[in-house]
Amino acid sequence: MAKHLIANLSDIDPKGSRTVRLGDTEIALFRLTGDEVLAVENHCPHKGGKLSEGMVCGSTVHCPLHDWKIDLKSGKVQEPDDGCVTTYELEIDRVSGSIYLTV
Amino acid sequence: MKMPKKLVMVGNGMAGVRTIEHLIKLAPGAYDITIFGSEPHPNYNRIMLSSVLAGGANLQDIVINDWSWYEENNIRLLAGHTVEKIDTKNRIVYSQKGIAAEYDVLILATGSNPFMLPLPGADKEGVIAFRDIKDCEIMMETSKKYKKAVVIGGGLLGLEAARGLLHLGMDVSVVHIFPNLMERQLDEAAAKMLQKELENQGMKFLLQKNSESIYGRGRVKGLKFTDGSEVEADLIVMAVGIRPNTDLAKASGIEVNRGIVVNDFMETSVPNVYAVGECAEHRGIAYGLVAPLYEQGAVLAKHLAGAETEGYAGSVTSTKLKVSGVDVFSAGRFDEPPGTRAMRYQDELDGVYKKIVIQGDKLVGAVLFGDTSDGAGLFSLIKKGESIKGREKELLLGFAPGGSGGSSAESRLAQMAGDEIICGCNGVSKETIQDAIQNKNCTTVGAIKACTKASASCGGCKPLVEGLLQIYAGEAAGEPVKEGICGCTSLDRDEIVAEIKRMQLKSVKEVMHVLNWTNPEGCSKCRPSLNYYLGMLWPEEYEDERESRFTNERYHANIQKDGTYSVVPRIYGGVTSPSELKKIAEVAEKFEVPLVKITGGQRIDLLGVKKEDLPKMWEELDMPSGYAYGKALRTVKTCVGETFCRFGTQDSIAMGIRLEKEFERLNTPAKVKLAVSGCPRNCAEATIKDFGVVAIDGGWELHVGGNGGVHVRATDLLCVVKTQEEVVEWAGAFLQYYRENAQWNERTSVWIERVGLDTVKKALEKKEDREALFARIKAALSRSVDPWKQIAREKELRKNFEPLTEPASVQS
Ligand code: SRM
Ligand SMILES: Cc1cc2nc3c(=O)[nH]c(=O)nc-3n(C[C@H](O)[C@H](O)[C@H](O)COP(=O)(O)OP(=O)(O)OC[C@H]3O[C@@H](n4cnc5c(N)ncnc54)[C@H](O)[C@@H]3O)c2cc1C
Ligand code: SF4
Ligand code: FES
Repeated sequence: MAKHLIANLSDIDPKGSRTVRLGDTEIALFRLTGDEVLAVENHCPHKGGKLSEGMVCGSTVHCPLHDWKIDLKSGKVQEPDDGCVTTYELEIDRVSGSIYLTV
Repeated sequence: MKMPKKLVMVGNGMAGVRTIEHLIKLAPGAYDITIFGSEPHPNYNRIMLSSVLAGGANLQDIVINDWSWYEENNIRLLAGHTVEKIDTKNRIVYSQKGIAAEYDVLILATGSNPFMLPLPGADKEGVIAFRDIKDCEIMMETSKKYKKAVVIGGGLLGLEAARGLLHLGMDVSVVHIFPNLMERQLDEAAAKMLQKELENQGMKFLLQKNSESIYGRGRVKGLKFTDGSEVEADLIVMAVGIRPNTDLAKASGIEVNRGIVVNDFMETSVPNVYAVGECAEHRGIAYGLVAPLYEQGAVLAKHLAGAETEGYAGSVTSTKLKVSGVDVFSAGRFDEPPGTRAMRYQDELDGVYKKIVIQGDKLVGAVLFGDTSDGAGLFSLIKKGESIKGREKELLLGFAPGGSGGSSAESRLAQMAGDEIICGCNGVSKETIQDAIQNKNCTTVGAIKACTKASASCGGCKPLVEGLLQIYAGEAAGEPVKEGICGCTSLDRDEIVAEIKRMQLKSVKEVMHVLNWTNPEGCSKCRPSLNYYLGMLWPEEYEDERESRFTNERYHANIQKDGTYSVVPRIYGGVTSPSELKKIAEVAEKFEVPLVKITGGQRIDLLGVKKEDLPKMWEELDMPSGYAYGKALRTVKTCVGETFCRFGTQDSIAMGIRLEKEFERLNTPAKVKLAVSGCPRNCAEATIKDFGVVAIDGGWELHVGGNGGVHVRATDLLCVVKTQEEVVEWAGAFLQYYRENAQWNERTSVWIERVGLDTVKKALEKKEDREALFARIKAALSRSVDPWKQIAREKELRKNFEPLTEPASVQS
């Protein structure tokens, strides 16, 4: 297990997203209303769309390619579609805004 | 608690899984259940395969029990496993993948196999049946590459396959050995009306043809008939019948006739082994429709749960053809056997035909074509077998002659007895639906479906369910349910726009909050709509919400399937220059653009650009954005016009460039395309554009509402004007009127059909109205800036195009 400093809260626009690469995996970070930040693998279970490019609504994101809706907390695809993406644990230092990822 | 018994089921299809659903409701936990299914899918609605082909549903929509259902109910599902042996002595089944499962109770629910005519060549590529998801996928794939399809079999299944293939764009011929279609359900008159209707839809028929052989090398090329004639085919679908799938039972020593022989409790000749569904034969009949199979399943479930049941006594069946635009119903003895008499009603003009067949004083059969709303009622009378003496004419005509005039479909529904079956597939009665609406808060067809299963299978009864909803939801819910712009609200576009104006709402969040959105942050449909409406209503003050725009409009490029983007710079009127071309070429080389293409809109597309390269490329191109990605003004196509062309009557190039410069960057409800042709030969295809200009000697014709996309629509002529100034003024007024009145994502073609050309003409008729509209469009345009330049300039915006830097490790 290693803890990485990957971003600062100010790097991500509200309801926006940024990506970071860790070895072979691309991870998308989403900043929700209320400044919660969630991380999932940047790969839609449908046809691999980049979730980071999608629209963030509440704690879900709509995939930009065919509009599948994915819950960012659980990684689960919402009905009527089916599937899931890997989610990642983040830690945010509320004072400095630093965002850490543990993998 | 008792130890659960082991139940194994072979076949993961409609009848079997319905039995299990019923059983776990009646006796939860009584059985430890394992299901084997050859198909690699959870249980799906086979009936709807026809709708999938015809475009009414997609493959995800037709799953009845999804994977999680099996999990939640502790059912072990072995999908993709075919059982190949049953050891009835030691009570073990074996799959071909080597899995063994012991059972106390075994259910065979193996369905049917499509019957394939043993013609020479029937093993060629491109010869298939119509039975499962795989067949459906082959048809959809084939339709993309090939043109000619032949369906052998003019029965229900064949016609539904043919209709689907027609929808997929294929040229379809139906081969039938008999002179009449659906000869097992329809009489000659109805069959002929059906044929005529399907011919109108584009289907071709080869009747009284006996297939002899299939030719082609490797892949099928065509079909030969015994009379020496032949037909070309890239795809042959055989839909000539089904055979109960009994191989496994037969090999295991279970008694088999046409199907697996069962008694009234679905027991086979071997103890503890049951059969249900199309594979079973009960009192000499193997059924091929879900309604009787579900009745069998209900009996079996009760029997296995130890609940009381009188057993299964056979069913009378009815059929409906699921082809859009054609309503056909048939039940019982439609063929007028000796000892019966028939009454008919035929209206050639409206395409309606009705026949009822009576024996003694009872109704024994019915055929309906064109209007099938009486089907459920007639079917219920046939099943009940009660006397209809004195009501024959009423039943035929749908109203009592000499009575109080015609009775509406609604009043007929209201008068229907409570125990009449509305949904034949699932055996749901009128009173069950009424109860769901009145006492269980079901206010939509979807809710009724979830609660009672009515309309969940073939969907044929949906109009009746909707009718009942109208009758009973009124009393219970006060007002009929209405659909909003998306699932987050029940308000429609006009109501939302009116509320925004009335309450002076100024942000997406505020609108959602004040208008009680059910999802606090909306969804991918309402967010962009609201963002558009707010921007349209408050052009001066509204700050566009980037996060409420689609990907393409957020990154000002078209996203491709691999996450790269494409770049289309503006090339006004399609006119470029050697130096501009050189610059584009250099940028394409420098950024290693994988593909450079001339678009259908007279400009150049640089495809496959990495997201992080976009701002740099825009900077180096130093050209305005072509908005090829936006709900905005796209291209203005032009032809060469009078400058060079021997037929040109006006300078179409200059006119086009002027329009493009005037309205570029304009936000619109949906994309807008313009074109200017120099003469009525119309080389710029102006009459399929949202706003098309066609030059004539001494003037300009202005055309509106065209579309060259999914539903091609030719424009309507708005008016003819004399000068370039007038063209610009009318174009601006038209575009602004569209902006202010259309729904988000509604192209001008759809909008004009909805509001009517006259409304648009009237709104633009007066010069002062046009000037007012023009002033408003200018106000909206005055605030627009080129997004490419803006992003290239502003660091804060640019950051979103770059990935974060690879992390520095802090601690382990
Ligand atoms: C690039 C281009 C194809 C080409 O190589 O020629 C193109 C490419 C796309 N078109 Fe188109 N259309 C292109 C000309 C057309 C035309 C022809 C025309 O404009 O003269 C039409 C029919 C005319 C019309 O719209 O009335 C056309 C009708 C569509 C439609 C159907 C619209 C409709 O109302 O039915 C869509 C789907 C949509 O908008 O929802 C679409 C959607 C698309 C999208 C944006 C699909 C998407 O959402 O990702 C394609 C982007 C491909 C990509 O990965 O970059 N494209 N598209 C053309 C760009 C023209 C330009 O210079 O801007
Ligand atoms: C295109 C189409 C349209 C139709 N339209 C209608 C309609 O409008 N109305 C209507 O009432 N009916 C319609 N039907 C018929 C209806 O779908 C069937 O009657 C119904 O599906 C039969 O249910 P079943 O469970 O007996 O068989 P199925 O649903 O076929 O299920 C049997 C399953 O068992 C599996 N299986 C077989 N052998 C084995 C084995 N040895 N090991 C493991 N698994 C095995 C099969 O792969 C199959 O998945 C239609 C059918 C089709 C194909
Ligand atoms: S027609 Fe248009 S939308 Fe379809 S593949 Fe071609 S470019 Fe894409
Ligand atoms: S790739 Fe994500 S919805 Fe299709």
